[in-house]
Amino acid sequence: MTTLPAPAKAAAGLPLRSRIGLGLFVAAMLAAPFFVGDYVLSVLIIVLFSAYLGQAWNIMMGFAGQLSIGHALYVGLGAYASAALFVHFGLPPWIGMLVGVALATLVGSAIGALGFRFGVQGVYFALLTIAFAEFTRVLFDHFDWVGGSGGLFLPVTNRGGNDLVNLRGSPVMFYYLLLAMTLGVLALCRALLRRRIGYYWLAIREDQDAAQAAGIDVFRCKVLAVALSAGLTAVAGVLQAFYNNNLYPETTFATGRSVEIMLAPIIGGLGTLFGPVLGAFALTALGEGLTTLVGRLAESGYGLHLDGLKPFLYGLTLVLIIAMQPTGLWPWLCRLGASLSGRNRRRRAVAGTERRA
Amino acid sequence: MSTENATTQPLLVVEGISKRFRGLKAVDNVSFTVPRGGIVSLIGPNGAGKTTTFNLIAGVYAPDTGRVVLDGIDITGLRPDRACHAGIGRTFQIVKPFAALTVEENVLVGALRRHPNVEAARRESRAILERLGLAEKAAQPAQGLTLPERKRLETARALATGPKILLLDEVMAGLRPVEIDRMVTTFRDLCRETGITILLTEHVMRAVMALSDRIVVLHHGQKICEGPPEQVARDPGVLESYLGHAAAADASTGGTH
Repeated sequence: MTTLPAPAKAAAGLPLRSRIGLGLFVAAMLAAPFFVGDYVLSVLIIVLFSAYLGQAWNIMMGFAGQLSIGHALYVGLGAYASAALFVHFGLPPWIGMLVGVALATLVGSAIGALGFRFGVQGVYFALLTIAFAEFTRVLFDHFDWVGGSGGLFLPVTNRGGNDLVNLRGSPVMFYYLLLAMTLGVLALCRALLRRRIGYYWLAIREDQDAAQAAGIDVFRCKVLAVALSAGLTAVAGVLQAFYNNNLYPETTFATGRSVEIMLAPIIGGLGTLFGPVLGAFALTALGEGLTTLVGRLAESGYGLHLDGLKPFLYGLTLVLIIAMQPTGLWPWLCRLGASLSGRNRRRRAVAGTERRA
Repeated sequence: MSTENATTQPLLVVEGISKRFRGLKAVDNVSFTVPRGGIVSLIGPNGAGKTTTFNLIAGVYAPDTGRVVLDGIDITGLRPDRACHAGIGRTFQIVKPFAALTVEENVLVGALRRHPNVEAARRESRAILERLGLAEKAAQPAQGLTLPERKRLETARALATGPKILLLDEVMAGLRPVEIDRMVTTFRDLCRETGITILLTEHVMRAVMALSDRIVVLHHGQKICEGPPEQVARDPGVLESYLGHAAAADASTGGTH
């Protein structure tokens, strides 16, 4: 039998190959701003937003199995809380972040508690999350203190220096902040998955009745997943507000925005740790690539102006990826890597026997 | 483990429980007890109310009337997770493995109830997998298991929660005779070595006869007979509910063909 002594396995942690891979990835990401131009940096910032938000959403759907199509709500709450407090009272965004995160956690818990208490499950729960996001959008349209439908704007000053306290600074500053947040949420998720709550979430995702029969307080665990996911999502909202310097209810709380948040983890691999990161890279690259392609086509001698060509190709690619790899890109890469290394091992083994022979 | 110093009162007392589903009386005023360390079987034709009785004990539904008392504590209508904490460990007739998790993780989820520390729970899970003959499958995803293995996994997960009583809902259904005999041996050993109490529903009479200290027979939601296996097997009412009028009359007059 292959019973490793349990503590040894825990201490071993990541296998060497993963550790090297992760190290290279972090090193490349840390070095990137020194080698890339403004455009690529801005794309990388979009990637990191997407990766961070995807992982935060993944806690709820990928781990605990509760579908939210309203995560734009929590981004918006974090964004509006911090921006409004900054604009009106000059409070640093970090204090606004506390308020925004508390607000999002509270709202998330309330929506979760409402849905789960009354047995609203699956797609119906998802509809509930959409409803709350939409409802908040309409509310903010008429909320004059934060600018209503006209939008809320942050004063753009001092773009030269980096002011971490007030989050006024260059894209490079935002890039590193987002990178730290993304790595932080990855570490957090990894830690959670190895604790009791992580196993409980997975059990609930797999079979709620069996989980409850095994003594799990399903309601509490699900509300906890929503609360944590919402709170983490709001953190990105703060960064988004201070990076973009403008906020409109129409775009901030749009269902389309919520769907965008879901895409990276779905394409990358639901419930996996690195899936949302990979999905964020793949989707952002795809989007930017298609924009360039469609632009070239329009500028070319043929003068090809096809409205909707980009979203069409984008959607088509997503459908193809999901049709071919329903579990996502990251599990597929892992399987590919495993089978490759397995083949190498077999080859080495064969070579060894040949030498001996 | 401690059958000697335990009180002589039964571990589980079910007292006049009833459950109605839109006019249909699924369980009608059923009472029985399960002695500490004993194995009691709940049998009856399909639709007799066996699984509903299980669900009433395990808290899936609250009974309309009656009480369920486990080890002196009233657990009537307690939610399934609370019932589990009170000492009810149950399996499902239609197995419910956590498909994407490994076999060990499935059991680990149960063991975490008593061991908040994951490593301690893991050690416990390994011991239980060993006992149920699933140790070699520990690292496999549960979705790859065969039906007999899934039934064992279901039992392992329930056992991992550290129950006072195991509720086994047709864990032998769909198994071949050889596998049934292995399961019977497993449960016998389990009872002898841990002193755990078992309440089971089963259609496989071979297993029921081999395991039970006592048998409770349900028919149309009512208890029609209770007693040791030999007695129940001869009961005319039981034969009638299972085999129909003619056969029962035949059997009771001693007519054999």
